[in-house]
Amino acid sequence: MSDTPVTYVRKEMLGQKAPPTSEVGPVRWVRENLFSSPMNAFLTILSLYAIYVVVSHVGPWLLNGIWDAESLTECREIIAATGDGHHSAACFGVISARWHQLVFGYYPSELYWRPILALVVFLVGISPVMFPSLPRKLYIVTLAAPLLCFWLLWGGSIWFPVSIALGFGVGVVAHKLLDENVSALAAIIGAIVLPLLFWLYLAGPIASGLDSVIPLGIEFVPSRSFGGFMLSIVIGLSAIVISLPLGILLALARRSDLFIIKTCAVVFIEVIRGIPLIVWLFTAQLLLNYFLPPGSSFDLTLRVIIMVTLFASAYIAEVIRGGLAALPKGQYEGADSLGLNYWQSMQLIILPQALKISIPGIVNTFIGLFKDTTLVVFIGLFDPLGIASAIRATTEWNGIYWELFLFIGIMFFISCFSMGRYSLYLEKKLQREHR
Amino acid sequence: MVELTQERTVDRSHMQVSDEVAIEIRNMNKWYGTFHVLRDIDLTVQRGERIVICGPSGSGKSTLIRCINRLEEHQAGDIIVDGTELSSDLKNIDKIRSEVGMCFQHFNLFPHLTILENCTLAPIWVRNTPKKEAEEIAMHFLEKVKIPEQANKYPGMLSGGQQQRVAIARSLCMKPRIMLFDEPTSALDPEMIKEVLDTMIELAEEGMTMLCVTHEMGFAQAVANRVIFMDQGQIVEQNEPTEFFNNPQSERTQLFLSQIIGH
Ligand SMILES: Nc1ncnc2c1ncn2[C@@H]1O[C@H](COP(=O)(O)OP(=O)(O)OP(=O)(O)O)[C@@H](O)[C@H]1O
Ligand SMILES: [Mg+2]
Repeated sequence: MSDTPVTYVRKEMLGQKAPPTSEVGPVRWVRENLFSSPMNAFLTILSLYAIYVVVSHVGPWLLNGIWDAESLTECREIIAATGDGHHSAACFGVISARWHQLVFGYYPSELYWRPILALVVFLVGISPVMFPSLPRKLYIVTLAAPLLCFWLLWGGSIWFPVSIALGFGVGVVAHKLLDENVSALAAIIGAIVLPLLFWLYLAGPIASGLDSVIPLGIEFVPSRSFGGFMLSIVIGLSAIVISLPLGILLALARRSDLFIIKTCAVVFIEVIRGIPLIVWLFTAQLLLNYFLPPGSSFDLTLRVIIMVTLFASAYIAEVIRGGLAALPKGQYEGADSLGLNYWQSMQLIILPQALKISIPGIVNTFIGLFKDTTLVVFIGLFDPLGIASAIRATTEWNGIYWELFLFIGIMFFISCFSMGRYSLYLEKKLQREHR
Repeated sequence: MVELTQERTVDRSHMQVSDEVAIEIRNMNKWYGTFHVLRDIDLTVQRGERIVICGPSGSGKSTLIRCINRLEEHQAGDIIVDGTELSSDLKNIDKIRSEVGMCFQHFNLFPHLTILENCTLAPIWVRNTPKKEAEEIAMHFLEKVKIPEQANKYPGMLSGGQQQRVAIARSLCMKPRIMLFDEPTSALDPEMIKEVLDTMIELAEEGMTMLCVTHEMGFAQAVANRVIFMDQGQIVEQNEPTEFFNNPQSERTQLFLSQIIGH
C-alpha cells in the first residue's frame, strides 16, 4: 500500500483545451472511416480503383452524349464525325426526339394541358395533407381533386364523375341512417354495399340521363392513348392515394371485435397478398368484365388502377396493423375512459400515433407499388417500358437500349428517392414535435 | 409509505356522504376464460364516499374498478352507475365513461398532444364544448393541480408526478361525478407520490365520490370513509379506516396489513 493521503482538494479548475488536430475534422474522419486498419486501407484503395474504372468508362460516354439527333443512324454519324475514335458516346437524341411520347404516351398532343392541369390539381390537393401548416381551406381542393383529375384525364361527360361522387354520398347517408336506426354493423355493411350497387347499376343510367338533358363535357380520351410516365404516375398516384385510407379501414377491420367484419378483412388481405400482382393484372385484363353487368364496358386502365389499389391496400393494411399493435393498450384505455366513441378515439388518438410508427413501412410499400406499375406492360399498356419497346421497334431507333433504360431508371429513382426523403422529413418532424 | 397526516390537516367539512346511490354492484361475477377473477361482488357506493380498495397483487382490484367503466366486461350480475345500467349498449357505455373519470397507474396521457390538448380533447369532442371554453376549463383544472405553466408542453417532457396530475386534470375537465383511481402513485418516486396524493386529497375535500385502488395507507387513513380489502376476487372485509387498521377481523386482512405495515 502506498501512503498517499486519501483526501485531495483541487486548487484550481482546468480550462477548456482544443483537442489534438489529428482528432478533429476531415483528417480524423478519413483516418477513422477509411484507414483505420491495413485491411480497411486496402479496401479503400480497391474501391477507389473500382470507382475510377467505372467513371473512366461511363463518364465520357455520358458527357459526350448526343442530344440532337432524329435517329440512331444520324446519331452514329455525328459520333463518327466529331468523336476522337477512342470513346463511345451516348445517343440521348432518343430522349429529346421522343420526349413527348415518353412522358405522355399517345395522349393527343393538343390536350397535353389536361394531364398537366390534373397534376397541378393533384399537387394542390395533396399539399395540405403533406404540409399541415398550409391553410385548411385547401382541403376543398383535396376533396374535389380525385374526380376532377379523373375528369381532366379521361374527359367525357362531366356527369359521369358527378354520379360517382353521388355514390360516396349514398354511402355516407346510408351509414348515418343505419347507424341511428339499426346497428353499427349494419351501418358499416350498408356503407360498403349500397354505394357499390349504386355504382354498378344506377351511376351509368343517371350519368347518361343527365347527359342527354344537359350535355356538358370535354373531349374523351380512351385509355389506349395513355402511356409513358403519365400512365405510371396516374396508376401509381391513384393507387397510393386510395390505398392509404382503404388500408387503414382494412387494418381497423382486421382488429375489430365484430366477427363478420374481421373475417372479411382477413380473407381479403390474405387472398390479395397471397397471389402475385401480375396475376391480378391479368385478372383485371381478362376476367373483370365477366363480373360487371352486361353492357357496361369498363376502361382497362381503370381496371388496372382498381387492382393495383386493392393490392397495395392489403399491404398497407398489414403495415398499419403493425403500428396499431405497437401502441400500448393504455392509449386505447385512456381514450375509452374519457368517453370518446370508437371513431373518435381512432381518429384522434390511435391512428395519429399508429400512422406515425408506420410511416417507414407505408412509404416502403408505396415505393414498391410505384415501381410495380411497370408490370402493366405485360397486359399491353404503354408504361415507360412499353413505350421504350415501341420506340425501339421504329426504324429510326431500332437497336438503341442503354440510353432509354438509363433514362427510365433515373426517372424512377428520382421519384422513389424523393418519396424516401419525404418520409424521413416527416419522421423527423413528428419526432421533434412530440418530444 | 408516505405519512400525510402529520404534514397536512384534512378539511372534512365538505366530505359528506349522501343517501343517493352513485354506484351499485349486485352479485357481479367475471371470468377471464375459465379463470374466475371476480366472485359475487356486492358493493354500493353512496355519493360523496371515498373508498380505498386494497389487497394482495392479483386479487382483482384493478379488474373490479375497470368493470365500473366497462374497460372490462362482466359476465354475470348488474352494475348500475349513476342510474344507468351497464350493458353492451355502446351509447350507455360512452355516457357512463364520460361521467366517470379514471386515472391509471401509467397515466395513459396522449403523447402526440400537448398537455392542454390532452385536457380539452374530450370536452370538445364528447361534450361539444367550444374550443375556447374548453381551454378555459382546462387551464382552471391545470391550475388546480398546480401545473398551468406546462400547458403547452408534451407529456414526454414532464416528470411522472406532473404527468399523473395532468391525467387527473384531464379527467376533471369532463366534470365527472365519480373518480376511479387504479394505483395512481405506484409508478412514482416518493417525493412525487406526495404531490399526487395532495391533489387527490384536495379532490376528496371538495366532496368528490372516489374509488381508489392504492397501497398508500396514510391516504386511506386521512380521507377514506371506507376501506375494502379484496383477496382472490372477493371482498373479504370492509370497514371504516380506523377500525380496519386497528382492529382487522379476518385473518387474511391481518396477514396483509402486517405485511405492508410491518416493515
Ligand atoms: N386480460 C387478462 N386475461 C387473463 N387474466 C387476467 C387478465 N387481466 C388480469 N388477469 C388476471 O386476473 C387477476 C386479477 O388481476 P388484477 O389486475 O385485477 O389484479 P390486481 O388486484 O389489480 O393486482 P395488482 O395489485 O398487481 O395490480 C390476476 O390473477 C391476473 O393474472
Ligand atoms: Mg392492478
